[in-house]
Amino acid sequence: MMADSGPEEIAVIGNTDLTSAELENNIKNTMVEIEKWTSLLRKMEISVGEAEKRTGKNTVNMQEIYTVYLIETRPVDAVTEGIIPAPDSLWRRYSEFELLRNYLLVTYPFVVVAPLPEKRAEIVWHKLSADNMDPDFVERRRVGLENFLLRLASHPVLCNDKIFYIFLTEEKGWKEMVYETGFQAKADSRLKAMNAAFRVKNPDKRFTELKHYSDELQTVVSQLLRVRARVADRLYGVYKVHGNYGRVFSEWSAIEKEMGDGLQSAGHHMDAYAASVDDILEEEEHYADQLKEYLFYTEALRAVCRKHELTQFELEMAAQDLASKKQQKEELVTGTVRTFSLKGMTSKLFGQETAEQREAKLQVLEQQIEEGEEAVKEKNTESDEFVKTAWLDIEHFKDQKDRDLKEALISYAIMQISRCKKGIQMWTNAKECFNKM
Amino acid sequence: MSRTIDAVVSPTQTNTIPADISGQMLDLDEDDDLEVFSKDLTLADGNMFNASMPTSPGSMVNQCKFEEDEESDSKDIFITVDNPESHVTAIETFITYRVLTKTTRSEFDNSEYEVRRRYQDFLWLKGKLEDAHSTLIVHPLPEKFVVKGMVERFNGDFIETRRKALHKFLNRVADHPILSCSEDFKVFLSAQAWELTTYKKQGPGFLSRMGETVRAVANSVRGVKNRPEEFTAIQEYVEDFSNKIGSLDKVTQRIVKEQKEYLEELKEYGPTYTLWSGSEEELAEQLKGVAGCIERCCKETEEQVGHLSDTLVPVLHEYVLCAETLKAVLRRRDNIQAEFEAKNEALATKKVDRDAESSDLGFVWGSLLGKNPEEARHQRQERLDGEIEELKEEIDKLEDRVEWANNALKGDWGRWQRSMRGDLKSAFLSTAEKNVDYYEKVRYKIL
Repeated sequence: MMADSGPEEIAVIGNTDLTSAELENNIKNTMVEIEKWTSLLRKMEISVGEAEKRTGKNTVNMQEIYTVYLIETRPVDAVTEGIIPAPDSLWRRYSEFELLRNYLLVTYPFVVVAPLPEKRAEIVWHKLSADNMDPDFVERRRVGLENFLLRLASHPVLCNDKIFYIFLTEEKGWKEMVYETGFQAKADSRLKAMNAAFRVKNPDKRFTELKHYSDELQTVVSQLLRVRARVADRLYGVYKVHGNYGRVFSEWSAIEKEMGDGLQSAGHHMDAYAASVDDILEEEEHYADQLKEYLFYTEALRAVCRKHELTQFELEMAAQDLASKKQQKEELVTGTVRTFSLKGMTSKLFGQETAEQREAKLQVLEQQIEEGEEAVKEKNTESDEFVKTAWLDIEHFKDQKDRDLKEALISYAIMQISRCKKGIQMWTNAKECFNKM
Repeated sequence: MSRTIDAVVSPTQTNTIPADISGQMLDLDEDDDLEVFSKDLTLADGNMFNASMPTSPGSMVNQCKFEEDEESDSKDIFITVDNPESHVTAIETFITYRVLTKTTRSEFDNSEYEVRRRYQDFLWLKGKLEDAHSTLIVHPLPEKFVVKGMVERFNGDFIETRRKALHKFLNRVADHPILSCSEDFKVFLSAQAWELTTYKKQGPGFLSRMGETVRAVANSVRGVKNRPEEFTAIQEYVEDFSNKIGSLDKVTQRIVKEQKEYLEELKEYGPTYTLWSGSEEELAEQLKGVAGCIERCCKETEEQVGHLSDTLVPVLHEYVLCAETLKAVLRRRDNIQAEFEAKNEALATKKVDRDAESSDLGFVWGSLLGKNPEEARHQRQERLDGEIEELKEEIDKLEDRVEWANNALKGDWGRWQRSMRGDLKSAFLSTAEKNVDYYEKVRYKIL
């Protein structure tokens, strides 16, 4: 699995999706060893084990079929004492996962929050079903959701979040609780800010670089995934056509005497060869999912960079505002008008103001300056805090990324070697059969 | 009924076996002195043995070896086809191939020959061989025109494929115990261009060939009545075989196509890793490693596809053509038998005619013309007797011909089956080996 290497933990996430209303998919609980270093995982096991289909009315009061996932949790202590009690469990659907994630994004803007698996199957090679109800897709999604929860649970900051904890432990009322935090308002303003166009004068260089990197990563990995899907498609074709050999050899063997046996058995091997590609490509899909996770991570990275820009911008605005107020004060005191102002013009036209008026204005300005200085100090602190905490998380993310992707590449290589071995075996068998012809 | 008695001797013209040498399957050219050849060979189920020893070095005794296993050390003739060259004339452009022959056979004046031949010449040779031995199985020639899907245009690949097939064709003829003794074959290998042209012009003209064809068609329309069981079995087999080999040909070509498309995508895949490595630090090396692997995988895949195209595809295609040849051979055998049956029927009719008490009409006419009825009848009987005798002779010859044709086919059939088995087995074996090799190489490259 792809979760953080932290303390040793058994994380079992029960998440079940039934692919069809009739069938019941019993998907094994995936036990994953994760090193213990986060408080939450030290306490409990989390797993997404099964999936089920439910029907209900959606927001526009229409019937819909959706999938729910079973989340199972169990205190770690219970297992280590040799007794394995039944896990606590509840059902969640995909949209609730989304809600959880949005909440976390808004509440911890300096964290690179793990992405969710795809809502819909994209970048698939065409033999693989893009249907959301397809069992293989549902299974892959289950694995992705489990991975998501594990990533959260192993994050030093996020794992302590109350909403997250309740997501895992209390089925009813969780949604309402989330809304009660008032995060929605924050989410809206965040969205607005994300989409606003503004120019930052002095962004932290590291964040600028990170933004470029995440753009590059997104481009490159999308392309890789697309080409890989095409390659998979073609490979599928090659293997499957060999199945025709099986059929024809079998028919041909019926009319031959000496060659019959050899042909017949060679045909079987051709059939086996053609069939072997299904498992091979299913395994490769897992590799693609690993890459996809990091593709989606780029969005989280960009979000953090954006937040930095916003913070920086606000600081710069505050500083600018303060500077202009100070300027105004100076002008008022010295009586010089260096900058154009409507006041200045009108006073020129309609005469100077009285001393009292000026005194009043001065007082207001001084007040504003004081407030402004406070604001700047605040913003400064805020910005520094943000940069510090965000960059810590980013470094953490980078390490995780390097580790995970290295592992993914290695396992991909192993997959290819395994495919070659299978190929060698099958063609060696076929060769022996041909020898007998 | 009256029938014209044709020159039964020739279903074909120059290179038929004269009807009096029955039971022997030799290709005797009219040009050669019949007496010089003292062949004493019998064909029995494909087992042919050399029964005559050379009595003197100077004699032109043909020493065709009829050994079952044709190992290279017992081969006395080596032929290569290579060096295609383009010739441009006012009327046409065509390709010639160099045909190099090295031989120790005594019917050749020299031990080495180098000539240039074009496709038409090969076609001519094949035609002559089939005419002379209508029920022997002659290895197919590559097709006249480009087959859709196999080759895109008249380019280097096409010429090379054709060259290989022509090479194989000549060598198969050379390996064949009977066909390789053909005078036409000898001339093909040894004559200079103008000599060949002259030689080709000999033999029956266009019109007599037409007559042959017409008769053959007439016979085939009649159909054969009592085909021996074994030939029916062979025909059924050939039908099935033709289907199967056709399917295999298509499947293999499809595999080649899919492999090529896979290769195309693979070529684009590697570079995406290289591109990515440019954005990474820690991962760069590994990503470049993957890119390199994929590139090497491309090379291996290319090689594998090439091997498939060079080894398996041509062989399968050859046997598709073979199947058609076999069908034609069976048809010709049937025709020979049909002709024989027809003549038998004619004989029976004539006998009935003769044994009839009297032919009413003939009698009437005879008496009308003032002929003595006794005499007329006698004359008629004599005439019929004569015709019956002639028919009997013809039938004897035809019977021999049928037997000979059947034996030829039977013998060659066993031989063909063995060849087929050997060819296809080795082609598939080679393919399987190549695939194993491919996967092994790729595996080690990943490591």
